[in-house]
Amino acid sequence: MSTQPKSVAVTIQRGAPGVEGHTETFDVPYREGMSVLDAVVWIRTNVDSSIAFRYSCVNANACKECMVSVNGKTEYACTARLSTESTTVGPLTNKTLIRDLVTDIVPPKENLRAILAARDGG
Amino acid sequence: MIHLETDVLVVGAGGAGMYAAIAAARNDADVILADKSMISRGGATIMAQMTTAAALGEQEPDSWEKHLNDTLDAGRGLCNEELSGILCREAVDRIHEMDDWKVGWARKDGKITGVMAPGHSVPRCVYVDFLNTGPAVAKCLRTQVARANSVMRVSGLAINDIVVDDGIVVGAVGWNIEDQTPVTIAAKAVVLAAGGLTRLYARNSASVNMNGDAYAMALRAGADLIDMEFPQFFPIGHLAPRLVGMDPIMWDPFRYKLGGRLFNAEGKEFLHRYGGEDAEKYTTTRDIISYGITKENEAGRTTENGGVHLSFQHIPEEQLRNAFGPVIDKLASNGIDLTKRTIEVSPIAHYHMGGIRVNEQMETSVPGLYGAGEAVGGANGANRLSGNAIPEAFVFGERAGRFAAGYANGRKQGWSDMGAEEHLDRLDALTGRQTDANGELSALGEMWAELQTLMWDKVGVLRTEVKLMAALARIREMRPELEAITPTNDAEFNLTLQDWYDLRSALLTAESVALAAINRTESRGAHQREDYEEIDPAQSHNQRLQLDRNGSLVSDYLSVGRAA
Repeated sequence: MSTQPKSVAVTIQRGAPGVEGHTETFDVPYREGMSVLDAVVWIRTNVDSSIAFRYSCVNANACKECMVSVNGKTEYACTARLSTESTTVGPLTNKTLIRDLVTDIVPPKENLRAILAARDGG
Repeated sequence: MIHLETDVLVVGAGGAGMYAAIAAARNDADVILADKSMISRGGATIMAQMTTAAALGEQEPDSWEKHLNDTLDAGRGLCNEELSGILCREAVDRIHEMDDWKVGWARKDGKITGVMAPGHSVPRCVYVDFLNTGPAVAKCLRTQVARANSVMRVSGLAINDIVVDDGIVVGAVGWNIEDQTPVTIAAKAVVLAAGGLTRLYARNSASVNMNGDAYAMALRAGADLIDMEFPQFFPIGHLAPRLVGMDPIMWDPFRYKLGGRLFNAEGKEFLHRYGGEDAEKYTTTRDIISYGITKENEAGRTTENGGVHLSFQHIPEEQLRNAFGPVIDKLASNGIDLTKRTIEVSPIAHYHMGGIRVNEQMETSVPGLYGAGEAVGGANGANRLSGNAIPEAFVFGERAGRFAAGYANGRKQGWSDMGAEEHLDRLDALTGRQTDANGELSALGEMWAELQTLMWDKVGVLRTEVKLMAALARIREMRPELEAITPTNDAEFNLTLQDWYDLRSALLTAESVALAAINRTESRGAHQREDYEEIDPAQSHNQRLQLDRNGSLVSDYLSVGRAA
């Protein structure tokens, strides 16, 4: 039987448009079966609440808002199990970055700036 | 700054908010539908797995009056009978309307299928297979709301304060989360459909947006709350082993369809000790099961994780698969084989019976302010019947939208810069400072964690005056502590600013729950006091909470609304 680590390293890509991005690595207490979402929520609660991250439904995979890049692969943070080795979480690369892990996944018809631009332009 | 104008502003875009927007639009109103998360994605509706109660009477004879009797029985004498009656009567219309919109209710031989749920006298809980009710309903309403030309849908718009001028609602103030721009909205009527308060508790089953916004905004606008002592604890929330990609209340539909058995850590059935029924009968109501499990825990008869065992091991695999096909695969990917093992369950904060006090038109005591869905109190009394939350969202949402449109039509905008000023000044002060959370990047996260633990331990399933008083005292200290915390100065998607406003709502809501729970010196429904273990017929009244002129919470009692 493999022994479980007490904690694991989770690296978060941070940045905003026009600002040079950087990564920060956090030591997150490990619990068997935990998700990447659990890890990001733990970091926001206990170390740095300023990380931008989009989620709503907490591990049920119902809201579909928490899609991010986990070790380079597109995944829902709520269903991706946290690796017992190391994990890097970043924003989706095919969407416009808003900040940190948040990208522009809101349909233009529901985005206030886009609605106003369409109204004023049309 | 962005300024918008509309007839009806709907705050919250779950089931109730979307239905309100649809109803307001078809009653000739222009609508802004705003959600701090994304339209139809946040809130509680999308989390619903199965049960939607409505007396359709397609399978076997049923009537809304029977549904009403069951609702009133579950409510332990505190339901507003007018509101409960509207809920049960109009649930049928809403379910049929959504059927016309092709939501996909499960059918057998052409008839919409209903299952039996605890507290119901007739099988009447309709659903969409498999455990897909919430997502299907959310998608159906999202499509309808998108077809309504007069509805502007805005995701990522946080509404923090209702603007009241001369005692009348004139709009609201908020901010665009994506870029932190202040937003003012002139509106003739506002519908609060921002859901419940489950996030106040450490163990909770709803989305992260359910932090008491609707209650706090209503109080600050001058409206009343009732029955705030009655958050509902769903008894058999998933506890262990770790499960991802599933709602923790998923075992409820399993029990509807398959029965299942509950055992304590000693392998013994225990519900009979608390007035419930054991074996495979799933008849015991939520308040009694939550109470029983919590008592077993106190007696040291729960698992290491603090839960009890739920077993489906006696049910053949084929039967499991017929009932829940794709879900059985999801469980397998979580390493759970129900034929081989039990799972551990324990109570989890799930719903709030209390809320904004409204009349049959969903109007609050403040002209122009309406409530809908879980944000509203009264229809479910001291304990909600399984399956009544989703129809409540539809029925009250539809009514709130319809009556708000009726109120708004023909009225002039009454926007007041003066009324909005204090709200804009606060936002400006919070976003203008150039410090990072007073140097403590986790200050807001830690306050959230502290509040959730405090509420769970001291304002949870089993209460005492000592615990409640300690909670109330601490919550009252935390309110000024929050005022001293500064969000970070990030301009884009600033969750610390959102945390700050969320906590502002949560602390006022938490204080409401604790105060109301102290005042109710009896045990009734979801409110269980260890120092007052019996129901007290003299307390068969509703408790009303308001803010007085100094901003302090005050309570008094109202007689229960009876049907005319």
